[in-house]
Amino acid sequence: MSAFSPEMRTRAEQLVAVYPQRRSALIPLCHLAQEQEGYLTEALMIEIAELTGVTPAEVRGTVTFYDMLHTEPVGRYVVSVCTNIACLLAGGQEMLEHAEGKLGIRAGGTTQDGRFTIEEAECLADCDIAPCVQVNSRFVRTTTTDALDSLIDELSSGDRSDIPPHGTLIRVQRSVGLVADPKEVEAQRTKVRLADSKASS
Amino acid sequence: MAEQTPESVTPVTFNLDGRDVTAKKGDMLIAAAEQAGTYIPRFCYHPRMKPVGVCRMCLVEVDTGRGPTLQPACFIEASDNMTVVTDSDKVKKAQDGVLEFLLANHPLDCPVCDKGGECPLQDQTLAHGPGETRFVEEKRHFAKPIALSELVLLDRERCIQCSRCTRFADEVAGEALIEFAGRGEHVEVAAFPEEPFSSYFSGNTVQICPVGALTATPYRFAARPWDLEQVESTCTGCAVGCRVAVQSSSGRLTRLLGIDADPVNHSWLCDKGRFGFEGVNGPEEGNDDLDIVDPRRRISEPLVRKGGELVAVSWGEALSTTAELLRDATKSGPEGVGAIGGAQLTNEGAFAWATLFKGVLGTDSMDAQLDDGLDARHVLGLPRATMNEAAEACTVILLSGDLREELPVLFLRLRESARDAKSSVIDLGPRASALSDLAAVRLPSRPGDAHLIARSLGGDASAVTQLNGHPEGRTFTDDDLARARHLIGEDGTGVVIVLGRTSIAEDASFVESAARELHANLPNATFLPTLRRGNVMGALEMGLAPGILPGRTSLEAPSPQLRESWPLVPGKAGRGTAEQLRALAEGSQNALVLLGADPLIDVNDASLVARALHGSAPIIAVTGNGSPVLAHAQVILPASISYERPGTTTNIEGRVSRLGQKMVAPGLAWPDWMIAAELAREFSYDMNVSVVGDVTDQIARVAPSFAGLDAALFDSARARDGVVAGSGGSLAVVPALIDPMATPGMTSADEFGLGSFAGVVANEADEQTTSPATGSTLSGATLGSVAAPEVPAPDNYSLRLVATRTLYDMGSTVSSSPSLQALTPNAVVMANPYDLDRLGVKTGDRVRLRTETTTLNLSVEADTGVIRGTVALNVNVPVEGSEVHGNAVASLLDSTALVTDVRLESL
Amino acid sequence: MSVTDAPKIVTQRRHYDDSFTQERFLATGGYDGARKALKMTPPEVCAQVDAASLLGRGGAGFPAGRKWSMLRKADLAYLVINGDESEPATFKDHLLLESDPHQLIEGAIIASFALQVNQAFIYVRGEFALGLERVQQAVNDAYAYGALGNDIFGSGFSLDLVVHPGAGAYICGEETSLIESLEGKRGFPRIKPPFFPAAIGLYGEPTVVNNVETISNLPWIISNGGDAFAALGETPSTGTRLFALAGHVKNPGVFEIEMVKNTFRDLIFDPSLGGGLSRGGSLKAFIPGGVSAPWLYEEHLDIPLGQKQVDDAGSMLGSGSIVVMDSNTCMVRAAWRITKFFSKESCGQCTPCREGSGWLERVLYRLEHGEGRIEDLDLLLDLCDNISPGLAWPPQQTTICVLGPSIPSSIHSAISRFRDEFLTHIKEGACPHG
Ligand SMILES: Cc1cc2nc3c(=O)[nH]c(=O)nc-3n(C[C@H](O)[C@H](O)[C@H](O)COP(=O)(O)O)c2cc1C
Ligand code: SF4
Ligand code: FES
Repeated sequence: MSAFSPEMRTRAEQLVAVYPQRRSALIPLCHLAQEQEGYLTEALMIEIAELTGVTPAEVRGTVTFYDMLHTEPVGRYVVSVCTNIACLLAGGQEMLEHAEGKLGIRAGGTTQDGRFTIEEAECLADCDIAPCVQVNSRFVRTTTTDALDSLIDELSSGDRSDIPPHGTLIRVQRSVGLVADPKEVEAQRTKVRLADSKASS
Repeated sequence: MAEQTPESVTPVTFNLDGRDVTAKKGDMLIAAAEQAGTYIPRFCYHPRMKPVGVCRMCLVEVDTGRGPTLQPACFIEASDNMTVVTDSDKVKKAQDGVLEFLLANHPLDCPVCDKGGECPLQDQTLAHGPGETRFVEEKRHFAKPIALSELVLLDRERCIQCSRCTRFADEVAGEALIEFAGRGEHVEVAAFPEEPFSSYFSGNTVQICPVGALTATPYRFAARPWDLEQVESTCTGCAVGCRVAVQSSSGRLTRLLGIDADPVNHSWLCDKGRFGFEGVNGPEEGNDDLDIVDPRRRISEPLVRKGGELVAVSWGEALSTTAELLRDATKSGPEGVGAIGGAQLTNEGAFAWATLFKGVLGTDSMDAQLDDGLDARHVLGLPRATMNEAAEACTVILLSGDLREELPVLFLRLRESARDAKSSVIDLGPRASALSDLAAVRLPSRPGDAHLIARSLGGDASAVTQLNGHPEGRTFTDDDLARARHLIGEDGTGVVIVLGRTSIAEDASFVESAARELHANLPNATFLPTLRRGNVMGALEMGLAPGILPGRTSLEAPSPQLRESWPLVPGKAGRGTAEQLRALAEGSQNALVLLGADPLIDVNDASLVARALHGSAPIIAVTGNGSPVLAHAQVILPASISYERPGTTTNIEGRVSRLGQKMVAPGLAWPDWMIAAELAREFSYDMNVSVVGDVTDQIARVAPSFAGLDAALFDSARARDGVVAGSGGSLAVVPALIDPMATPGMTSADEFGLGSFAGVVANEADEQTTSPATGSTLSGATLGSVAAPEVPAPDNYSLRLVATRTLYDMGSTVSSSPSLQALTPNAVVMANPYDLDRLGVKTGDRVRLRTETTTLNLSVEADTGVIRGTVALNVNVPVEGSEVHGNAVASLLDSTALVTDVRLESL
Repeated sequence: MSVTDAPKIVTQRRHYDDSFTQERFLATGGYDGARKALKMTPPEVCAQVDAASLLGRGGAGFPAGRKWSMLRKADLAYLVINGDESEPATFKDHLLLESDPHQLIEGAIIASFALQVNQAFIYVRGEFALGLERVQQAVNDAYAYGALGNDIFGSGFSLDLVVHPGAGAYICGEETSLIESLEGKRGFPRIKPPFFPAAIGLYGEPTVVNNVETISNLPWIISNGGDAFAALGETPSTGTRLFALAGHVKNPGVFEIEMVKNTFRDLIFDPSLGGGLSRGGSLKAFIPGGVSAPWLYEEHLDIPLGQKQVDDAGSMLGSGSIVVMDSNTCMVRAAWRITKFFSKESCGQCTPCREGSGWLERVLYRLEHGEGRIEDLDLLLDLCDNISPGLAWPPQQTTICVLGPSIPSSIHSAISRFRDEFLTHIKEGACPHG
């Protein structure tokens, strides 16, 4: 039984096929898993391990390296507030504390209703609109505490359909494949795999 | 030691701290400097793994012409005109800095840490570290030790992130069951929650951990390093013969560490060898309360059955009773007695027992293999390869069971060369093994097919046609065959055939026939036999098989020295294991001596064993541990076992190495050779030996293949690590320095006045001492050309059984060591998903396996590594819910059948 | 001095609302450069890039043409475009990915053709959800248009381009870590040697890794000629460059201006650019090239925006981001926050970086919270010295990658220049800035 839903499983297999080596699909597959479950369950990690030809321990090793990948449930909305230098100068730390107060949780925590998680972010590369806030990796460009409050209220009341639930990262899927001769591509990839199995192990 | 290719010996010269030194091209600075006597500190570097350069402890100043910069000595190759400074202030500051960083978050729990006293981090700190810590912050905290597996615990606070353990698991063992998790300061070693670090090699990570982060449950807190005493020995857990440092404290074995023997184990051990010592210790108390059939019980005094009860007696009484029984049994001829077993003996014990049976009593019925090995003349006669030769062969033909299960460290050695594409593996095994993933070609043989595949490899088109005739067709394509033939070449030069039993449920003659075929077609190919039990090779060398005599000679052509030394030589070939059991059942054999073997567990034909034991012939058991068969024994003679006896042992390649004695055998137990020698006296023959070395010397005198391998040799440094096979018998001596960082806790050999003996390959010393007249008489040429029997394909409803072995079985080592016994798996039938679909069953279902005479209910599992039309099943493991005590799977097997076909029915 | 009047090269379409669409792209000269390149020979394309003297825009400033020429000859090779942009206060690639993804694809075609590479990847920072969607849409459109895939524009050249999302780890911007990440692994930078992925890169094959902005310059260079590009700025810092300006300035943002011909003062104070300090007061310090760079001050304002010029001043232009700190800024706090960043983002392989960053962060946190001790200042500098011996610039290192030696930059800068401020924290047991 697949831990991925049938539709997600199909997308997962398509993702694996895009790369010369299947392990490369590991992180995209993790995003896919989060799109489905919000976080990486053990069953999904095991399935990703099978799909990419590594051990579950290796999947978990990779997953835990990256901030965006979660092995525990997080809120439907992950509110990230940057406190790195440019935002710090613009009140990022205060913004974060405000958000914590508003939601009654500390950074890293999730509200009881499972709706919000707050994260203290490192620089999100939107430093001219500081302090920078993201919800589910979307820049919301609320730079005042008032604006943040109303954003949270909108999210609570479900008025922000432009922000998909946490986990849904790329809504545009690769719709067009390689137009090159599939045989040629396959031959090329086999060559890499051979070279790689020699080099990497 | 490896044959060195010209490139790899091209020397480079560089300047090291002001002096010019030379090194091998390709050597990393850290090794090159060490060779030149300069030790550069390190943590992550391990000489048997690829360098990663992460701990940064080995920083030295390197100048290649563009000015000196700090570089990790473990990752920079020594090259010509390089200037290296290891002792400048800058280097010292950098190294001290790294040490201080490592200690910043390291707990100060040395007094309670298992590693305290033998910890490289502690040692470095005492040697160079800052006197006082400048780290006044709160240290990193982790919940206390977590279990990575049943055998290995992890204390994350002590971990220094050197990645030795994770690299070992991935790179050496090939199972990345542990991996780093987290990032930066939060990096920790972790197993996946539902998939523990259950690797056969997990203990090696404990051995190489440079701090006390990884500890093994069997010796956690068992001893403090300074109480430990150590002796070097050879592991007899299987026939690889890994070199080990054996440590004890307060009269109990506490730990085994792998010695880095270049020709053998490269410092690695399997967990069975490493942790199997619990059976030597026996229970901490209450030994005598344990039932005689309990493998944990140590046998400490001679026992004789009187009125149905086993009663402790003196050695004198036990010996005379035994002699009486043997005399009775041989009244109508020497074949009235026979012996089964011997793989647990030392070479000396095997020789002494051969002397008693073959030379004094005159019976040839001895068999150290328990009907699950190969014909001794094949094993001894085919040209032999060493493990290093196998690891360096261009092509390895695998015609054997799963080496990871059977000879684990040989698996590691072969895996390494396949992984690095040093050799191409052609896998003929009937079931995908741990090496199959790395194999260049797979030509799986079905039971009964091995000889046909061998003939196909030799270019015999009719064999290919015959294989095509199977209802499921051939197991390989024309391309596969062509590729394999290409890899093998014309005459087999550079080819090593790893030869063993591919299935216990198949007659040995198929594999033997395949071997003869390969030998005939590939005269330059050599063979590495994969017989599995401890000293089975030594037993065969000493003649513990029908038709052969000590030193690779046949019954017909003993060495003149042997003829002179023994009172007599048997006139005709005796019985093997199954034949002896049959003779016992039929009443044509009148007594059975068990040399450390238990047919109830070790012999895979349960009904035959039952019939043999129900006869009236007395059974005399020579053993060190309890076991089920002892319930049937008339006399039990207590023998010392591993680590309790000096002597020598012989591994699969024929390497003879020294056994060290660390423990005193319990009670009245005697060394195996002494029991035979004393029994011989009862028959008025004086073997003229008073210490084990006398037996060693006698072997060297009368056994041609052991010529020159006398006690003096084994007491000398000449038998050290670094014997070069094919060096014409000259024993190169390369003193192996013990790097305390490679294997922390191993005491320097010098303290005990012993070198790191890795043994010598039998025959290597031939040139020095052997005269042609005494030469071995077994060779490939004497094997003859018996055609393999024909077997028809199974009917449409049956699947052909492949009976395989697993490391943790019900054998004595595992069942006497509680830590290991817990790991023994239950029997599960494995079949190809295609066949399961066909039969309408799926993984997890209970099924009935049925032969004409028996049925067995088991769980089933889909496994694509099992070829269509076959099912695979481990022998010698428990069957869940089975009535049968002991080796239940053996109830399916019949030793007279060529192959075993079973029906699989859903329950 | 006023800002020089140079063409906008990579931000030419920025002012259109629909700059990211294929329609706008095609209507504004899109693919002209790629079509032209595909009619040239690969060496001719390389020659143009060489002539342009295009310096890498990712941080190290290595000439793209030279990097390309180092690509080991092999059957298979890869192009990887680095869009992981996570250096604090750097936000120019973010702009390019969202505003002109087609330009990037065109650049990828040109580079791949020049390198004879048939498989390329764009590694986009995972937190750029919109950027990921825009780039993926652009890739889909490009396939449909025949600009990607088999036989591009009938030239016989084929290219597959995969958009790969990151997952949140600064270190994955480092090129070898990025490759590991793209291989599905933990983002541990690879140890050197080999020194460049051009020898052994993705899947062990030769690989060129270039920054998004670097690649985005290629269409213009091919369309207008390498010499036209080299005519801007001053060798070796030619062309225009995106500068991301943040901190205490009136108009923070990304500005494309000519290199060398303009100075830090122009960037920060010119009304058409930074527009001066936002809160009044005076300039206390600015960080010129990402937080890995040593800080610069008032006296450095007239240094031209050229790679060599900033190197000579003891810092670097790095990723082209400038953080301005005014006189009201607490320098202890600034140094602490930057160090905290490195501690969080250290990959954890090398002892000095992993342990050193955390230690430094804890000490600075104490200092900032008024619990410092006088000996902490020497301790900080000595620990920094143990990570980057000599505290020189360019730094020496005890680590695998240069994240390690980046850690000391801000600490060393802050303590050297603002020692008094540290002492005040210690003496008063609190931050004077509150
Ligand atoms: C710690 C670290 C982080 C880096 N982050 C980035 C980054 O986010 N984006 C980038 O393009 N280059 C980054 N680099 C530089 C890359 O390693 C590489 O030099 C660059 O992508 C090459 O492209 P270029 O030659 O076009 O500049 C980073 C380097 C280091 C050491
Ligand atoms: S310096 Fe830091 S980030 Fe770079 S490889 Fe070492 S530990 Fe990782
Ligand atoms: S970095 Fe060389 S031994 Fe660890």
